[in-house]
Amino acid sequence: MIWIVSIVVWVTLTAGVYAILSRDILRTVIGMAILGSGVNLLLFVTGRLSSPLPPIVQTEELVLRDAANPLPQALVLTAIVISFALLCFALVLALRIIRDADTDDIQELRYAEPKQTDSMMPSYYEPETMQDRKASGHSSEGNKV
Amino acid sequence: MTGLIIAPVLIPLTTAVFTTFTYRHPKFQSTLSFMGIVSLLIIALLLLIQVMDGNPLTLVFGAWAVPFGVQFRIDHTSALLVLVTALIGSASLLFLYSDTDSKPRHGLLLPLLHGLIAAICGAFCTGDLFNLYVWFEVLLICALGLFVLGERIDQYDAAFKYLILNLFGTLLLLIGVGTVYAMTGHLNFNALTQALTTMAPFHTVILLTILTLAFLIKCGAFPFFQWLPASYHTLPAPVLALFAGLLTKVGIYAVFRTMGGVFASATPILSEILGWIACATMVFGVLGAAYHWDMRRILAFHIISQVGYILLAIALGNEAGYTATLFYTVHHVFVKSNLFLIAAIIYRLTGGYDLRSIGGLYVSFPWVAILFLIPALSLVGIPPLSGFWAKLLILKQTIAMERNVWTITALFVSLLTMYSMVKIWMEAFWKPHPVAEWKPNTSRLTPAWIATGMLTLITLSISLNPEFVIAYAQQAVTTLRGY
Repeated sequence: MIWIVSIVVWVTLTAGVYAILSRDILRTVIGMAILGSGVNLLLFVTGRLSSPLPPIVQTEELVLRDAANPLPQALVLTAIVISFALLCFALVLALRIIRDADTDDIQELRYAEPKQTDSMMPSYYEPETMQDRKASGHSSEGNKV
Repeated sequence: MTGLIIAPVLIPLTTAVFTTFTYRHPKFQSTLSFMGIVSLLIIALLLLIQVMDGNPLTLVFGAWAVPFGVQFRIDHTSALLVLVTALIGSASLLFLYSDTDSKPRHGLLLPLLHGLIAAICGAFCTGDLFNLYVWFEVLLICALGLFVLGERIDQYDAAFKYLILNLFGTLLLLIGVGTVYAMTGHLNFNALTQALTTMAPFHTVILLTILTLAFLIKCGAFPFFQWLPASYHTLPAPVLALFAGLLTKVGIYAVFRTMGGVFASATPILSEILGWIACATMVFGVLGAAYHWDMRRILAFHIISQVGYILLAIALGNEAGYTATLFYTVHHVFVKSNLFLIAAIIYRLTGGYDLRSIGGLYVSFPWVAILFLIPALSLVGIPPLSGFWAKLLILKQTIAMERNVWTITALFVSLLTMYSMVKIWMEAFWKPHPVAEWKPNTSRLTPAWIATGMLTLITLSISLNPEFVIAYAQQAVTTLRGY
């Protein structure tokens, strides 16, 4: 059984990495979500799939016998919460980029790179183009290259 | 005592909460933030004094027994790094008061900064592997928040690239933590150190590889450093100084703790590989710096190159190497943050970050030249500044271990670092300003002078008295292996 789960983890991680490498912004974010799910599944099965009983001590017992390991489940819960928050942020960021850059193509996002005016020489900042107007959009100073 | 151990995380978190409540009242918010960082500084000094004479301070949350509860363990390394964090945090927050590339002042800037400081201190103080992952994630989300505060398209671009590449790193870290738990059943550093001595070397190598890969992505090593030059230069200057000085160092601390402490019983093959990765990091970092003309991009690439030096020190594998790691980290944090803050001052006094559009600073402000030269020459490694002692400690070991390629690489990279610093010197200070009647506005620069002056004084005191830090680092290495 655990071999099936590990193959599922493998396929999920592969699918996640493949989606992250895509050219569309939203597919990249979905890839992050899939990768997060794969890693959570891997964390979960570190507790081994031996017993399905919940980790509750029985009425007359003093010790927990033969139950599922609760620690990996706690780790997975933390990881799910963290990746959920990051996924929300990533989605809003992706939508803001799509709105402000008028594109959802990651290859088009060159705003943080120096402007390529020549294939060999380092580029010089010329403030009159659309890219730089967008780059200096909201604030009047700061990032004046 | 309990309060002292939890204070490095609790104080910045509390400050973050209170500054969030007062986000519409900037003056009050600034006062609260200032009180917070000063309290952190005092606590860091108290911790250092406490830890210096005795054993590491430990605290298990919820009063659980040690292998089961999350443990905070402050030993010499952690205390020193918390103090360094507090000092850089206070310099950066002081710089925010000045008028030097500190725009935009968003209401949530201070809460996110204090959240960042809390995450950094938490990562340095923790004694649990999963807790380390949690602090890395807090670090990531606070850093992302700080990227997007300015609402510029290049900051969104930078934040997205930072997000994807660093998230991949943290997911890899989570895979590593899960695998460590699966194979050993422990997450506590002390318990892991014990458990790993009895494990087969093949297994420890696998575990250490996954963990180290994740931490190398975090600290900006070759070939995982692309997120750093893609994103750092879009930040406002004081935030950038904090990022540059501290974020990569958390990754380095994690490599240091795992390779030097928890996984100390692993085979030396990984130290060998880390050494070659370090050499490649050094070379590619400094070559990237040599290409650019924007001061922030140059200095961002220099972060990568210096991280290479620190990784080389870790890769040496013996006690002298770990001593060199700690000394180099401390030296580099102060020098690098100082250089970014001075670059912001240069921007204010000459009107640009691009070296081709500025100049004439030696004639108009000769004291800025001295202020720049001290950290710049320290970065290069000119005696008697702190960089010289740091590189000497590393190179003594590489020569003693007869690693000639590593030695020659380190020296060659120093030469190229000097080329970079001299380029900044000649373009920004020596040559006349392209605009003949340039008159800079020097209002509200006093906090900037104080912040950079403080960091320069710290660099000078480390330079002229390195024995103190080296002795402390040697003592820190003895407590590295646990308990």
